[in-house]
Amino acid sequence: MAFARRQQYLIDFTLSSLLRRKGRNLGLLLVYSLIVFMLSSVMLFTHALRKEAGIILRDAPQIVLQRIEVGRHALMPADYLEKIGRLRGVGEKKGRLWGYFYDPAVKANYTMMVADWRALAPTEVVLGAGIARTRGLGEGDYISFRSSRGEPRSFRVKGLLPAESELVSTDLVLMSEQAFRAIFGIAAGYYTDVTLSVRNPREIYKVAEKLSLALPDTRPILREEILRTYDNIFSWRQGIVFVLLAGAVLAFVIFAWDKASGLSAEEKREIGILKALGWETGDVLRMKYWEGAVVSLAAFFLGYLAAYLHVFYGSAGLFEPVLKGWAVLYPEFRLVPFLDGPQLATLFFFTVFPYMVATIIPIWRASITDPDAVMR
Amino acid sequence: MTIELRGVRKAFNQGRPNELWAIRGVSLTIEPNRVTCLKGPSGSGKTTLLSLIGCLSRPTSGRIRLNGRMLSGLPERFLTDIRRHTFGFIFQRFNLIQGLSVLENVMLPAYPLAPPYGKLKASARRLLADFGLEGKAGNPVEWLSGGEAQRVAICRALMNDPQILIADEPTAHLDSKLSEDLMALLDRLRQAGKTILISSHDPLVFDSPLVERVVAMRDGMVVGPGDESRMQRAPHLPPPSKEGRGEEG
Repeated sequence: MAFARRQQYLIDFTLSSLLRRKGRNLGLLLVYSLIVFMLSSVMLFTHALRKEAGIILRDAPQIVLQRIEVGRHALMPADYLEKIGRLRGVGEKKGRLWGYFYDPAVKANYTMMVADWRALAPTEVVLGAGIARTRGLGEGDYISFRSSRGEPRSFRVKGLLPAESELVSTDLVLMSEQAFRAIFGIAAGYYTDVTLSVRNPREIYKVAEKLSLALPDTRPILREEILRTYDNIFSWRQGIVFVLLAGAVLAFVIFAWDKASGLSAEEKREIGILKALGWETGDVLRMKYWEGAVVSLAAFFLGYLAAYLHVFYGSAGLFEPVLKGWAVLYPEFRLVPFLDGPQLATLFFFTVFPYMVATIIPIWRASITDPDAVMR
Repeated sequence: MTIELRGVRKAFNQGRPNELWAIRGVSLTIEPNRVTCLKGPSGSGKTTLLSLIGCLSRPTSGRIRLNGRMLSGLPERFLTDIRRHTFGFIFQRFNLIQGLSVLENVMLPAYPLAPPYGKLKASARRLLADFGLEGKAGNPVEWLSGGEAQRVAICRALMNDPQILIADEPTAHLDSKLSEDLMALLDRLRQAGKTILISSHDPLVFDSPLVERVVAMRDGMVVGPGDESRMQRAPHLPPPSKEGRGEEG
């Protein structure tokens, strides 16, 4: 009880000390919160993107098989499907049709794809939200694409893709097989690539190996590899932003160190007075510990809260261009809010801990000296 | 509580080119329940000697005993404990903490002891009322006059009910009227059974009838007889229990 009351008195004194130096402490709190805000915004955003990509790719095919010709991706003849069918362990297999289409009107690339899971007439398309937004289109409107022969083909927008998948579907155009073949001039019996499912997920690598051997002009792409690539891309972008932020972080470290190590004469005198009045070195340290804790925890929570709102409710407006990485068709989407324990702990360790150490060491040095200086 | 000093020496910056011996061998006995004044010019070592007696610093050599208990070799924690319970300090510049209220300043010495808040506040208010400061409790200390700040400093020194009060040049920042008021307050405390140890070079203090013994200091040493009893000039005071003696070390 006495221990708790003692802490209470120390915290009470600490808070009144902080209020006594309002201007300086508010300035410090502001700069500190801003640093936490920037670091946690980047961390939350890239982590959320990775997570989002993972959720979306969960339903992606386990293996995509592409044919390679002179080192480049080439169309795949339909008879390859039969050859694959003879391999043990392969479940469902399907030929896919997709490709990129450059729209000079908005200077953007679209991804066109045949949606065999969606019944579309040869004159109908379903658009990703980014395209619809950029072209100002809605359901029932018309859009035309120039075919590979130079003929314009008009399509009615049958619907828009749901916003939840906008992260990966923002530039997507879904159409019927007939329309696709007409636009790109692909003859029947050819596909862009082939998707495969494997009955036993543990055999994926084995199946991929067998595919490479049986069809030497193809390359298998595994879902795990795509996920890993996404992970790397976002990590790389996160790294770039961290490098850009390094200057700000360094400035803060210098600021905190200066504040901490350059104890003002007034603070030193106060420590002397408190010691002369019967405060132990431990009491002074605890008081200063609470001071550091109040400032750094307040900054941490304010910064993190602001970053949380910025990322999950403000679409991370500040870092959008760098971290999302689309050139023209920026997806507008709301990431699913989440709290990640280890990530929070890492951020806490790298922002709160150094500050507390930086402040406590000089205080300790000041507090172990004899208090007789106050008599002079 | 009797304070005994034997061969006490104190050096600052020992072993460096700017080494200074502030106290150069003092042996002295300070009797309880008396008002003793250390008198001497600036730089004579009065303040250093007070800080040694009040456990604010340790002697470089020599021994200090409080009621027979050796203080000079005690670890910091024990010294702090003794300082907290035994000594109350009234500093030359008052040393009130700016920005805090009068009441908060008075309560400060009791924080490490963590008494219940209600009790602590009531004691602090009672002390302030005793010294005519009840109306100032909520004011920041910056608003106080010199005399008021001095009284707040006395209240703070008395917060933990110490047996010994140490006042370093208490009249240095007061005019004659306020200095006389202060001496009257110290008289009250002396009558309440406190041992009072003052350092001063103000005749208003060391010539005061309240002061029972004057110890003259110069160049870090006690000079002269060292026991200038004021008994003839203060007939209302009881005789000292033991003849005080300042001995040149």
